[in-house]
Amino acid sequence: MSSLGELRKLAKGKDRKQSRGKERYPDNKTALLFLLPWFVGLAGLTIGPMIASLYLSFTDYNLLQPPQWTGLDNFTAMFGDARFWNSFRVTVTYVLVGVPIQLALALALAMLLDKGMRGLSLYRSIFYLPSLLGGSVAIAILWRQVFGKEGLVNGFLAWFGVDGPGWIGHPDYALGTLIVLNVWTFGSPMVIFLAGLRQIPEMFYEAASIDGAGRSRQFFAITLPLLTPIVFFNLVLQIIFAFQAFTQAYVVSGGTGGPGDSTMFYTLLLYKEAFNELDMGYASAMAWFLVLVVAAFTAFNFWLSKYWVFYDD
Amino acid sequence: MTTETETRPRPVRTPAPWARLTRSIAKHTMLIVLSAVMIYPLVWLLVSSFKPNADIFRDLSIFTTDLTPENYVNGWNDLQSPFGVYIVNSSIIAFGAILGNLVSCSMAAYAFARLKFRGRNLAFAIMLGSIMLPFQVLMVPQFVIFKELGWLNTFLPLIAPKFLATEAFFVFLMVQFIRGLPKEIFEAARIDGAGHFRCYLNITFPLITPALATTAIFTFIWTWGDFFGPLVYLRLPESWPVSLALKGFLDAQSSSDYGSMFAMSVVSLLPMFLVFLFGQRFLIKGITTTGIK
Repeated sequence: MSSLGELRKLAKGKDRKQSRGKERYPDNKTALLFLLPWFVGLAGLTIGPMIASLYLSFTDYNLLQPPQWTGLDNFTAMFGDARFWNSFRVTVTYVLVGVPIQLALALALAMLLDKGMRGLSLYRSIFYLPSLLGGSVAIAILWRQVFGKEGLVNGFLAWFGVDGPGWIGHPDYALGTLIVLNVWTFGSPMVIFLAGLRQIPEMFYEAASIDGAGRSRQFFAITLPLLTPIVFFNLVLQIIFAFQAFTQAYVVSGGTGGPGDSTMFYTLLLYKEAFNELDMGYASAMAWFLVLVVAAFTAFNFWLSKYWVFYDD
Repeated sequence: MTTETETRPRPVRTPAPWARLTRSIAKHTMLIVLSAVMIYPLVWLLVSSFKPNADIFRDLSIFTTDLTPENYVNGWNDLQSPFGVYIVNSSIIAFGAILGNLVSCSMAAYAFARLKFRGRNLAFAIMLGSIMLPFQVLMVPQFVIFKELGWLNTFLPLIAPKFLATEAFFVFLMVQFIRGLPKEIFEAARIDGAGHFRCYLNITFPLITPALATTAIFTFIWTWGDFFGPLVYLRLPESWPVSLALKGFLDAQSSSDYGSMFAMSVVSLLPMFLVFLFGQRFLIKGITTTGIK
């Protein structure tokens, strides 16, 4: 079961035991010991900082002087800033275009890779490799050259007599190259889909084919419904991760978010506000807004899942 | 009854052999073309890193005989320190992070999987939920904490948190694994008088080695490739890991020495590639249970 499935189970409160009392919890003290590192981390590096950044988001803070309470100033400044909205738009475009394409490709390839087919593990390795390397600086450097004016893509287009632009340096295309980079890393969701496909009992297909269902009917009546929890799981996590994309935008644009702020991801602007402008209060406000946006997207996904995700429990 | 079963009509249309063959050929053609497209940039990077600088963009083909190790020699010494220094830095960070994750995550996982304690479900839900929290909201206060501790420009901000089980993915991975172990082993050990600490150290730890391997491999790949953490905490060039050193090439790229940059990019990808090659089985297992990259 996936981490998300587990969370859903906990939220629905299955597993919950009715009886209470000491005999139900014989290991309280031992557990405290085993969980001590996690607990210190949770308090000191997660919950503490969350509260602190919430406080800082209402202050003016530059690391050197103590924070000055400024009320909602950071938020009003933020919502009135065209650069903020631009970075928001860039990131949402990246998420809403990149993630669906990536997942659709992952699903399509997982469907193509039949169980026991020749070369399966080789194909799987080749498709998976980019998603392992894709987050590194070296790949971002490579991407700059692949989509540069004299790069691979234009070299390929030249065969057809097309004189391609410098994709990385063009405000209309730069974001596109980052979306392509994200799509290129479809391997890891593909592997998750593959595992999901293998878990569908063979007998469902046998029964369906005895009843005369053809290939496409079997896909829509068996495969797709039984795969929806995994599609959902992938969708939720990939959206959350895509919102936090940073390295590739930073390296591909040379740390500028350019050309013309066209790759100024939300996280990139946030980083610049914090560590270049030392405007920690403003950065904290941006971070909390990001948390709310991601939470809203996730909640919407969960709400929507009632209408299309099939759980057999 | 029996005759009916035997003579049951088979409505399944078994495709003719030639149709199956065509389908198979079409499929493999598609997969091979896509594989080639996927992998081509990486092969091009590798080949270009062995080309004389002037040739890299003059001839984009990967078929060439004019190969030289010159870029590697130049690139190794192009930055303030020899590239080996950055590799050592990255290795120290990766090793520390792996050690931290193995110890702290397995301890937490043992508690979640084997111990009965008050508030377990709530704690487990919080841990799983933390996977979804954008780290940007922790960034500024964590920076202040590590700055106050005097840890800037040291590897500690990148290593110490791993000893506090902050990577919930791995805790979850190990919980799943421990749950899959037969309960009888633990019961037998308890009857023989083994306490929980013995159960953890002498039974759980050896039995979950596949999950530990997966954790170690992912931790290695993530810390080796990590850019954001070093960017924030490591400002002095001699403390750079390879990710920041490569960015150093980009910053200093007035000479347009692409060869050196490509060569060192290959050097930086090599350890990740080797881990991928030999640890693939664990990687695949890892992402299918937790959904990480």
